[in-house]
Amino acid sequence: MTTLKDKAAIVGIGETEYSRNSGMSNLGLLLQAAKRAVEDSGLSIKDIDGVIPGFMGITAEDLISNFGLADLRYSTTVHMGGASAVASLQTAAMAIATGIAHNVVCLIGWNGYSGMRAGAVGVQMQTMPTMPMMSNLREFEMPFGSFVPAHWFAPLARRHMHEYGTTSRQFGAVAVAMRKHALLNEKAMMKKSITIEEHQNSRMIVDPFRLLDCCLESDGAAAVVVTAAERAKDMRHRPVYIMGIAEGHPDSPDQIPNRPVFTEVGAKKAAPHAFAMAGVTPKDIDVAMIYDCFTWVVICQLEDLGFCKKGEGGPFVEGGRIELGGELPVNTHGGLLSQAHILGMNHVVEAVRQLRGDGGAAQVKNAEIALVSGFGDLGDGSVVILRR
Amino acid sequence: MYKKPLPRPTLESKEFWEGCKRHELLIQRCRDCGSYRHYPRLLCPKCNSENTEWVKVSGKGQVYTWAIAVQPFHPGFAEDVPYAMVIVELEEGVRLMTNIADSRPEDLYIGMPVEVVFDDVAEEVTLPKFKPAGK
Repeated sequence: MTTLKDKAAIVGIGETEYSRNSGMSNLGLLLQAAKRAVEDSGLSIKDIDGVIPGFMGITAEDLISNFGLADLRYSTTVHMGGASAVASLQTAAMAIATGIAHNVVCLIGWNGYSGMRAGAVGVQMQTMPTMPMMSNLREFEMPFGSFVPAHWFAPLARRHMHEYGTTSRQFGAVAVAMRKHALLNEKAMMKKSITIEEHQNSRMIVDPFRLLDCCLESDGAAAVVVTAAERAKDMRHRPVYIMGIAEGHPDSPDQIPNRPVFTEVGAKKAAPHAFAMAGVTPKDIDVAMIYDCFTWVVICQLEDLGFCKKGEGGPFVEGGRIELGGELPVNTHGGLLSQAHILGMNHVVEAVRQLRGDGGAAQVKNAEIALVSGFGDLGDGSVVILRR
Repeated sequence: MYKKPLPRPTLESKEFWEGCKRHELLIQRCRDCGSYRHYPRLLCPKCNSENTEWVKVSGKGQVYTWAIAVQPFHPGFAEDVPYAMVIVELEEGVRLMTNIADSRPEDLYIGMPVEVVFDDVAEEVTLPKFKPAGK
């Protein structure tokens, strides 16, 4: 049987500055991130023959015309919201493994603060054709006051609290861990430490989500270059191989109210496929980047990814277990909650840094295998397992 | 002047909204396998039949979960905060996003029995809302 395991590797990473006022267009940010990723790999821009632009409004044509690409062999866009960054690695690896393309750039980013506010997606993006759930939300939920991501996921979090006794203080443990890691990351937008008490005292946004349960809104972009494993060895940096990868769609993906199980997300379906391809188990993961648009989303995914049993995610995140030095360091860059909201491509970049040994003050000692999860739209999931 | 967003019925959903205007809660049921479904769909997701009927349901159900919007995100709801966005599970098994009339957010609990009431918010639009059962 053919497999994607170890067929492709990430050989370049690039990021813009992360801020609330980029002063650049969306396209400008993305071009900068992509150029930096290609430079990091040692390739030339002209070597790029595949592009996977994120779903935020730029196209392959924008990239062809700005980069002067003479023979682009492959382009597509993944429409899975915050799960798109990781899922785009899957389609990049497929294109490479089949010889359709050789060097593929996956890029995503936005003016998530100075442009369309990330937290107000729904109010501002009602007509966005590329978000598949928007027509349902507009017709059956917005008339009742449910507009934005915090509105969509808070009812799921309440069900999780009801069924498993998960607490707001446990949400707070996620926020505190992400902030501790952000303080070690020079790109992080958040520079002040927080405590559980400060989390508990932060204002309510959508009960049960407080301010410190909600991720940042950021301007910025990030990109990676994926190439064939056999070529990756000769490039500038130690390659980071794609061992296992999968996407997963929750039941009832275009609306939440009629989802059969409220406490599971797409990661639950993706994880077994990704682990089976990689031939490893959750115990083998040295460091994990978990999509963290809200604190509760981390708790739910840790369960669905198999790091603990369903319902035990709350206790799992307590006691420093997901902090550096703990059993499973999570989001060593600070995540969306405290580094920046770059739609999860910043998670992929951080995983590559960790596996190269370039994690700086946040380096997990001897990190060999990393997992990155994406979570998007109404719970779409994507999982990649990477190794050095 | 009603400032909140109004539904724009589609070919698939117009029976639902026309039912609401008559103060009837209609839900799709598959004529072949008998399963209810909501939101409106062309095909039955269980058996993929397109043979569908609209059935008037009891309008009784219970609170499945909810969240309370504290920070306003839409100008039409700015004066309503804090308000509860409630997911109600009907006796027939399907669920809806709705609001609960005659109830304070702090009185909500999972499993709370509720029944449908119709709110004629605009000349052409009636929204199905709920109230505590028997109240």
